[in-house]
Amino acid sequence: MAAVDTSPDLVAAAGGKAAAQKKAARAVRRRVLPGLPLALGITLVYVAIVVVLPLAALIFKAASLGPADYWRIISSDRAFASYRVTALCALAATVFNLVFGMALAWVLVRYRFPGRRLVDALVDLPFALPTAVAGIALTTLFAANGWFGAPLAALGIKVAYTPLGIIVAMSFTSIPFIVRTVQPVLEELDPALEEAGQTLGASDLAIFTGVILPLLTPALLAGVSLSFARSLGEFGAIIFIAGNQPFSTEITALLAFIRLEEYDYPASAAIASVMLLTAFVMLAVTNLMQARALRYTVRG
Amino acid sequence: MSHSARRRPPRVGDNPLFRRALLAVVLLLVAVMIVAPLVVIAVEAFSRGVSYFAASITDPDTRHAILLTVITALIAVPINTALGVAAAWAITKHDFPGKRLLTVIIELPFSVSPIVAGVAYLFVYGLQGLFGPALQAAEIKILFALPGIVLASMFVTAPFVARELIPLMQAQGRDLEEAATSLGASGWRTFFSVTLPNIKWALLYGVVLCNSRVMGEFGAVSVVSGNIRGQTNTLPLHIELLYHDYNAAGSFAAASILAGLAIVTLVVKVALERQGAGRVQRPSALAGADSIVPEVKP
Repeated sequence: MAAVDTSPDLVAAAGGKAAAQKKAARAVRRRVLPGLPLALGITLVYVAIVVVLPLAALIFKAASLGPADYWRIISSDRAFASYRVTALCALAATVFNLVFGMALAWVLVRYRFPGRRLVDALVDLPFALPTAVAGIALTTLFAANGWFGAPLAALGIKVAYTPLGIIVAMSFTSIPFIVRTVQPVLEELDPALEEAGQTLGASDLAIFTGVILPLLTPALLAGVSLSFARSLGEFGAIIFIAGNQPFSTEITALLAFIRLEEYDYPASAAIASVMLLTAFVMLAVTNLMQARALRYTVRG
Repeated sequence: MSHSARRRPPRVGDNPLFRRALLAVVLLLVAVMIVAPLVVIAVEAFSRGVSYFAASITDPDTRHAILLTVITALIAVPINTALGVAAAWAITKHDFPGKRLLTVIIELPFSVSPIVAGVAYLFVYGLQGLFGPALQAAEIKILFALPGIVLASMFVTAPFVARELIPLMQAQGRDLEEAATSLGASGWRTFFSVTLPNIKWALLYGVVLCNSRVMGEFGAVSVVSGNIRGQTNTLPLHIELLYHDYNAAGSFAAASILAGLAIVTLVVKVALERQGAGRVQRPSALAGADSIVPEVKP
């Protein structure tokens, strides 16, 4: 800060004036548009009943366990194994989608080929197709007697009912995230940047890693965090293909569900609360990443 | 020399060999990961012939599941649409403290696993939950009945309409509405003749996506419905039931209905995107909308 003569009175007066002007501007606005009480009332009642109440009830139930019991449940060997399977498979699926999603976005933006618009529309299929439908379809494809499962089994690779199957299901359900975050950035990319690299004699690979990739990174990170978060919470597509063996192919969401079916409600609440907290953390991360990505796209 | 100088230099990745190889790999993966699941649904659905397919679809339990799914959507989608419009109106046309927090809360269900949503509802309306004993005493059934299914569906799709409308209405600003009200139009008239025409495609877009998710929701509904065959089984749950009954053809026949819905959704989505829906940059809830107001070109 530069040393400027700032008498406190002057600053206070200026601040007060600015605040008063702001207040006046706001008051005018508030007077002009009607409907706030009704719209806000509907929103608050809905949000309180449908969103906040259940999540608060879950947290309350989990908290009423007491720290010792809570810790015992969420750190049990079986729960821990489920976190490991879920997190590692989500990581693998996200890495696959990072490469596949970026290649798909690249092909859709940079190349012209017959059927491009159809492929572009199909990218959203994993969001439109109900997860249970995706689950039985992928299981049928990758089971040992399936279209893809049979040849893979001949090579000694089992997909369905192994962690590999979980990775396939997670990849499927989160394909659109990275494609749809990278696509607009690629479209907006200024060709002059590449041409500058070319005139300086850089190879295509050097331009891609040195010029294009850094520009795509914020969008890629945003897509990666969305994709990873979705994979952590996915249930429907996975339970059909996973085999659901405790300690090896049991995901955390399923464990919460199984505890419920065993009428072990406190355990279910505790495990669900772990998932909820993870979701909060991932929400903060994705928002941070998206804010960064938007900084790069909007100013383009 | 002059001939090649006039042409633009090839862009990065336009080497014909690389281009062909990348295109082949990507299209192969699209075929395996996206097209094959669709094809296998159709093939399996008709694996025991057309008559078996028809019998599966018209089976009373399947018909009941379809009916329950449609009823759920008919209740949940209009309510969520009303919420989306109300929330977007309040958030984009007014200033009030806690606006950012409200935006985050509306978007929250998008980040919460459907299973967590289902379990959470159990602790509100279940016997071991907050209101369970009181509801039982009053003989009101919410869980393992239609109200529970509708509530769980509403939770998972709460943000769908709002997240399409908020960025669009933010970008459109308040000038038109302020002009209308200062000319004496009532709030409702302003909404219906000024705001609604400007947001209709985005609104429809949100409704279509919301409907698709409500009809296909599995995890959350699976927890709160109790899976009672012919009573509280929605179509996705019925698919699971048939699949575990080793009735693959019947299961895929039921699944083909939802796959058909997914394809219709995609077609409508593309058509609406041509009208400009779904194209506004989504603000992130935590970053706050003020940071991304699009530049207005003169």
